[in-house]
Amino acid sequence: MPETVEKVAIQLKVNGKPHSVTVEPRMLLVQLLREELDLTGTHVGCDTTYCGACTVLMNGEAVKSCTMFALQADGAEILTVEGLEKDGQLHPIQKAFGDSYGLQCGYCTPGLMLSTLQLVTKNPEPSENDIRKAIAGNTCRCTGYQNIFKAIRQASRNMKGV
Amino acid sequence: MLAQLGEEAKLLAGGQSLIPLMKLRFANPSHLVDLNFVPGTTYIKEENGALRFGALTRHTEIEKSAIAAGVPIIHDCAAGIADVQIRNRGTIGGSLAEADPSGDWATVLLTQKTELHCLSPRGERMIPLPEFITDAYTTALDHDELVREVVVKVPEKGSGGAYLAFKRSAPVYPTASAAVQLTMEGEVCKDAAIVLGCVGLMPVRAKEAEAALRGRSIDGKALAGAMEAAHAAADPQPDMRGSAEYKRSLVAALVKRAIEVAVQRARGQRVEVSHIYA
Repeated sequence: MPETVEKVAIQLKVNGKPHSVTVEPRMLLVQLLREELDLTGTHVGCDTTYCGACTVLMNGEAVKSCTMFALQADGAEILTVEGLEKDGQLHPIQKAFGDSYGLQCGYCTPGLMLSTLQLVTKNPEPSENDIRKAIAGNTCRCTGYQNIFKAIRQASRNMKGV
Repeated sequence: MLAQLGEEAKLLAGGQSLIPLMKLRFANPSHLVDLNFVPGTTYIKEENGALRFGALTRHTEIEKSAIAAGVPIIHDCAAGIADVQIRNRGTIGGSLAEADPSGDWATVLLTQKTELHCLSPRGERMIPLPEFITDAYTTALDHDELVREVVVKVPEKGSGGAYLAFKRSAPVYPTASAAVQLTMEGEVCKDAAIVLGCVGLMPVRAKEAEAALRGRSIDGKALAGAMEAAHAAADPQPDMRGSAEYKRSLVAALVKRAIEVAVQRARGQRVEVSHIYA
């Protein structure tokens, strides 16, 4: 890899806010979010495309932000966990995860909540199987998942009429 | 552009294999050419008895597609690859061009009549899938050539297929997988295609297993013959996913289940299957 890499200018919206930044082509999206935009709610768990802690929504679709380059998000709308809360009010998904004890250490939680958001946005009444499939790419080492399933069921109920 | 950048340049499609490989320093391209901004590379069409997929069509789009659902084995494959996030990014053309022996698409599409339309500065050429994959991670593509479109002939009426893969968890590659396409005439199997995944340097066409079914009714004896032949055809490497013997037994069991589902589907029954998690 050459020592100096020419930076590339990109524009993207993160949590509704437009950003113009210059990035090295090799910078990962998660590095842009955490290190340049200071949005450290998006976590790096495994850095091998396994654990899903880095999940964000790109144009409404869940992606692993450790497995794409920042410049691939040029022109995209990114939603991170910081963008869930509105006017000091927790998002219904955040509330459901709290109320259902769907987290313990919390490391996987931002990714799980964004996978949940993609699920319930596209499928307001997910079956048990739909829920399992939707978060199959998010690893949690604390909860044993049962309370996460509960939280997602609760979230889909909370989201009705929102 | 690839011609200008030289042999060490690589194309970036969905990136769900290439970027992890780069992180591990298994891949170290001098340049990446990102195809994701090229318009018109993402589509699913049915034309003249064939499904046509733009090379950058994401697994998710194929999973959701009513057209692709017309060939159930294709839906089995698309819906089971890795997890939601990876299916949202990963592409059919990228998966085939990577030719990872553990990839899902090549195993499935080798049971079908599949052609790849490939583009280079010298023009377009068509490569049948069996000739496209030449070794592990190796294809017939020239370094300045890319896959433009994947064309899969729709199986005839009375034909049914199924794909089953066994995984330890969603995001990982399967431990073993089996793709089966059977054409039935009443109770008799007129034709069979059986391909085994993750048990060799390339997907393994289990010709003896096919012969065990062809021209016979699918009873216990035929199933046992196909399982035995699949067990023998598999040539797996022992690794963290299991010993060679374990993988042989596993792939034989997957072949049996896939045959049973394929027979039901050939009769016009709707059967849902998906990848199996440990």
